[in-house]
Formats: sequence, structure tokens, C-alpha cells
Amino acid sequence: MTLTHPLPLRVPDRAAVGRRPARVRPYSLTGGRHRFGHVLRVETFVAALDDPGEWPEPVTGGLAALLMPEVRAIIGLCRRLRSVAEVSALLKMPLGVVRVLLGDLADQGRIRVYGIGYGGCRPDRALLERVLSGLSRL
Amino acid sequence: MGAKAAAPGDEGEPQGWQTDRSKAPVATKIVVAGGFGVGKTTFVGSVSEITPLRTEAVMTVASEGLDDLVAIPEKATTTVAMDFGRITLDAELVLYLFGTPGQKRFWFMWDDLVRGAIGAVVMADTRRLTECFPALDYFESCGLPYIVAVNHFEGTARYAPEDVREALSLPSYVAVVDIDARRRESVVDALLTLVRQALDAAPA
Ligand SMILES: Nc1nc2c(ncn2[C@@H]2O[C@H](COP(=O)(O)OP(=O)(O)OP(=O)(O)O)[C@@H](O)[C@H]2O)c(=O)[nH]1
Ligand SMILES: [Mg+2]
Repeated sequence: MTLTHPLPLRVPDRAAVGRRPARVRPYSLTGGRHRFGHVLRVETFVAALDDPGEWPEPVTGGLAALLMPEVRAIIGLCRRLRSVAEVSALLKMPLGVVRVLLGDLADQGRIRVYGIGYGGCRPDRALLERVLSGLSRL
Repeated sequence: MGAKAAAPGDEGEPQGWQTDRSKAPVATKIVVAGGFGVGKTTFVGSVSEITPLRTEAVMTVASEGLDDLVAIPEKATTTVAMDFGRITLDAELVLYLFGTPGQKRFWFMWDDLVRGAIGAVVMADTRRLTECFPALDYFESCGLPYIVAVNHFEGTARYAPEDVREALSLPSYVAVVDIDARRRESVVDALLTLVRQALDAAPA
């Protein structure tokens, strides 16, 4: 047995329970625009709808028009299904920028945004049961 | 399916669901939070089927409410890195694990992260226990299920989970587990504990 020092004590902030923590807005290229109606969480799946070669016309408008190389890279990467976080990490682009670009591309029909699979804020019991059985098979 | 040695960004063989764009699996996530160097990336890497990937978010630093950042001039921006991994649980279910720093100044990132999350694993190192306090405060304030995972570093004193629970003033339903983030079975056990606790808390 090692001699142990007493652990520091935490005094929980009971008043904070149920209160949303103060929020600092993430910086984005567009000054915090939230135009897209798509739900683009970090885990949301996206995929390209078409090969760039088949596009009838170049991307017009939005941030996507200004960042064509980035857009091409996103479309290329999204030949496979990817999560928003994977697009950001694999292309080394900040999450905020990726969200805006994916939103623009989804508006223009170049990217499909898949539903997250469950509504509401928390996974329901059925999903939690599936996760539990999936984890216990590992 | 364990994490194999691979270059960063090397995702290995694609999973079946990645190549079928007609439908997507359900995506769900667990947040792994804690102080610097507590073992978050190790935890994620131990169970991830891909080498943990790193994504960055840029934040503007507001002056209010961020007492630990007073030294930074107004309107400065800072980058926060987050490591994540992925586990394909079945053909239609994919679990993401997001490792994120626990300091209060990163809370802006968590609002986004916790939306839709199953819950959180708060990692604690008993030599620097206070570093996990902000994460506990945050998850309590938003009602996200969380467990506390105590990592033991070589040559450090061991504390019983009950002592850690008492020091952290945790409610009885919050699990405290001893883990070794380098061991896959240990990490899987911690995840199972969290999901069971989330299930207990979920409305019928
Ligand atoms: N003994 C022991 N060492 C561990 C354990 N988990 C992680 N480590 C070691 O602790 C060091 C830091 O681990 P990381 O996973 O990089 O910690 P982190 O929380 O991601 O660190 P930052 O992202 O820099 O905040 C590494 O050298 C790990 O090998 C554990 O459970 N036991
Ligand atoms: Mg790390």
C-alpha cells in the first residue's frame, strides 16, 4: 500500500444543473452564417451525388464558388460515405469551414446529407440496446 | 478490427457501408473528455478501427467568462484539436468516439458535440483530479449521462473508486471505473458501463 494524499474536493455547481453553459460562438469564414437547413453534426454522413465530370455547370454562388479546389477535394473524398468529421480531418480543413461548404454543396444537389437515424436530442432505448449488443460483440 | 499500426490518415480497407451510397448506417457518438495528457487519444485509439483522426475547430476568443484566457487579446482566434475514432458495430450502425480537451474554454465546442451523443466518458488522473472538474460541471449542467474513468499511471498512488466518487461529489448513479486506456478490453468495458447507465436513464 502506498501512502495516499487526500484527493482535492469538488464542490458541484448545483445551480448550474439544467442551465445551458455560456456559449462562445465558433468562428467561421462567413461570420457565423447559419444558412443551411441540413443537420450537419460531426457524425452526420455525407456522400457525393455525381462525378464532378458529369456536372452540367460550375458551382455558382456561396462560399463553394470561391473555394473550388476545396470543393473538388470534398467531392473526391465523398465517393465513399464520410462523416463530416472525417471530411474535416482527412482534408485538414477546420470543421466550421467544412460545414459551410457541405451545406452549400447540399443546397446545389452535389452532396447528399443522410439523416442521422434518430430524431430528438438523445438516442432512444432501441438504439442504446443495439449499441450495447454491438459493443459486447467486440 | 482493432487499431492497427498505420500512417495518420490511412483508413485501411473501406467498410462495406462506405461504398454503398444508396443508404447510410445510423451514426452515433460518445464524447471522451479530460485534461491534457490524461489519455483521451489512447482511449479512442484502443478501440477505433481507424487510426485516430484529428479535426480542428477555430474559435474567436471572447473576453467575458473566460478567466483562464485573460492574457489573450480581444478577437484573437485559437484552434482546438479533437481526436476521433470509429467503430463499425454492425452493417447499419457506426459509433464515433470524440476525444476533446476538458478546459472550460473549450465548452463552445461541446454544445455541438453533445447534441445527439449517447453520453460521455470523463477521464481522470488522480494526480491532477481538478482537471476533470469542468467536464463534470458541464455534463451535469446539460444532463448528459457520463461516467468517470480513472487512469492509473505507473508509480502513482491508487485510490479506491469510492474515494474518487466522494472527492468528485458524484451522484450514486454515476459509475466510477478504473481503466487502462491502452487496453482494448478495458476501454470496451468502460463504454459498456456508460451505455448501460444511459439506458437506465433513458425514458421507457
Ligand atoms: N500508465 C498508463 N499510461 C497511459 C494510459 N493512457 C494513456 N497513457 C499514456 O499517457 C500519455 C498521454 O496519452 P494521450 O492519449 O496522448 O493523452 P491525451 O489526453 O490525448 O493528451 P492531449 O491530447 O495532449 O491532451 C501517453 O504516453 C500514453 O501512453 C493508461 O491508462 N495508463
Ligand atoms: Mg490527445
